Amino acid sequence: MPRLVSHPDEIKVISKRFGMGAEKIDRYIELGGYEAVKKCLQQGPDWIINEMKASNLRGRGGAGFPTGMKWSFVPKQSPKPKYVLVNGDESEPGTCKDHLIFLHDPHAVIEGTIIAGLAIGAKVGFIYLRGEYRYLIEIMERAVDEAYGRGFLGKNIFGSGNEFEAIVQTGAGAYEVGEESALMESLEGKRGVPRIKPPFPAVVGLYGGPTVINNAETIASVPPAILMGGAAYAELGSPRNGGTRLVSISGHVERPGVYELAMGYNLRKMIYDVAGGIRGGRKLKAVVPGGSSTPVLLPEEIDVGMDFDQVGKAGSMLGSAAVMVIDDRTCMVEIALRTIKFYRHESCGWCIPCREGTDWLEKTLTRFHAGFGVAKDIDNIYYLADNMMGHTFCPLGDAAAMPTLGFVKKFRKEFEDHLNGKPCPFAREGVPQLTVV
Amino acid sequence: MSAESMSIFSPKLAARFDALVGKYPVKRSALVPMLLYAQDEVGYLSDAVIEEVAWRIGITALDVRNVATYYSMLRFRPVGKYHVQVCTNISCMLCGAYDLFERFQDELGIGDKGVTPDGIFSLEEVECIGACSWAPAIQVNYDFHDELSPDHVPGILASYRGKAGQPAQAQVQGGSAPHA
Repeated sequence: MPRLVSHPDEIKVISKRFGMGAEKIDRYIELGGYEAVKKCLQQGPDWIINEMKASNLRGRGGAGFPTGMKWSFVPKQSPKPKYVLVNGDESEPGTCKDHLIFLHDPHAVIEGTIIAGLAIGAKVGFIYLRGEYRYLIEIMERAVDEAYGRGFLGKNIFGSGNEFEAIVQTGAGAYEVGEESALMESLEGKRGVPRIKPPFPAVVGLYGGPTVINNAETIASVPPAILMGGAAYAELGSPRNGGTRLVSISGHVERPGVYELAMGYNLRKMIYDVAGGIRGGRKLKAVVPGGSSTPVLLPEEIDVGMDFDQVGKAGSMLGSAAVMVIDDRTCMVEIALRTIKFYRHESCGWCIPCREGTDWLEKTLTRFHAGFGVAKDIDNIYYLADNMMGHTFCPLGDAAAMPTLGFVKKFRKEFEDHLNGKPCPFAREGVPQLTVV
Repeated sequence: MSAESMSIFSPKLAARFDALVGKYPVKRSALVPMLLYAQDEVGYLSDAVIEEVAWRIGITALDVRNVATYYSMLRFRPVGKYHVQVCTNISCMLCGAYDLFERFQDELGIGDKGVTPDGIFSLEEVECIGACSWAPAIQVNYDFHDELSPDHVPGILASYRGKAGQPAQAQVQGGSAPHA
């Protein structure tokens, strides 16, 4: 069971029921659950969408798109059925927040899904979890069964005359399926290859019907935002970035864990206060602020508020708020290599710049890290990554290129230190080094 | 011929599949879950599994293969009864995942994607499994083990080796012994 952590600076909105047995429906109701959806049934779709707009809730998957606006794009009248699709594919390296939501508060996901359905006029919601999360899928399925048993899901939810069905779906191992159009393909029983946009899912989505796709954390944030009121929820965060965020802190810190902090919370405080500083009293070298696809920040760049706008201004992205902390014993070429190895593995292969770019970057970085690099490789790595940027149908190409560009730009000296057959200057003890004979 | 008499799956799983294909607006949405659940029971996607899944969905076996090859959890060869998956992605790597992976290799005497001769264990280096704040983490079949150090390795293996001696549950947990 993943360890829960806490810190006085936390504002527990989504995580307030963590560790309190709320995976059981009675306990969830006892702790204030299913009140938000009742309120929504009274108030109607326009009110829900207005509250969500007022909440300044933005997509927690990484893109940060305003949730209320996304919901308002769905046409009111549609000849095809509409759908809600909850993205719990959680595969961005560094990110483990949805893991805890499914584990401790599955009914919050169901409640948020029903509310999204009411807002857009959908009668079916899919909750898609990555295949590796089997034990969490079982928890979600039990929760859905419980909700059906109480009449919270089904033909006549809460006796309101509204119909809503929820289906829990398993993935089978694919990072790319976290991209919304690939997610729909996977749910339709196909390879998770992205679709060309437009049309956007709000107009033509799952089975050709208008579809709202939200990250699991976004969906779990909906019931509390509705209960406290959109404006009050917005107040918790920073301008244009409403509410709180589950931050997954990992790497070289004393107290790694998933903390719920206000949007805009200072990154330096996050690392040094909340997570207890660098492990073993070492020095900070770099921070990847929002999952492995976001460009790295240097220690002098971390006085930044963690919201979509401020991190963007600092030259990186908030992404999935997965803060990976790296200390001074770490080889940044190795980090760049391991990062690109992941994207090479996960590229679906459809767009050539991504398929070939990730492959050549991995090859070049492997050789480089082994001590067989030449000076022009550094520019070549930069050139390869730069040519992937913006040249692919889905964001995976950018997601692979952006961190690579960041590592080369900010740690060029370290790349140069690997040149001409020198062994890696940061090699772990006991690890054999390749050397030129 | 009835589905039950022809099925290579257990009656329980066959019944589950009967329900699954009727659950979605289109049958084919059941494909990915079906392949994974079939793999859990049979151990891997054998030709017979692919044929039956194709028949149940009403598509060709080639179409099933085309989809199955995309997903990294789906496999076409048997693995050990207990499939040890070591995450070495950034967060885990920063916390010593490669030392952990090496220890597993030493203890089991196999490398990446290897299977022990007794068929009890197999080993694989995998990408992020979503346990980054509790790194380094591994999965044995679907069980998570987190905040590990190399010293935990013998104990983890011993606990599964103990379970392997007992007859119950193995098929449900996923993975079957490879062919000798």
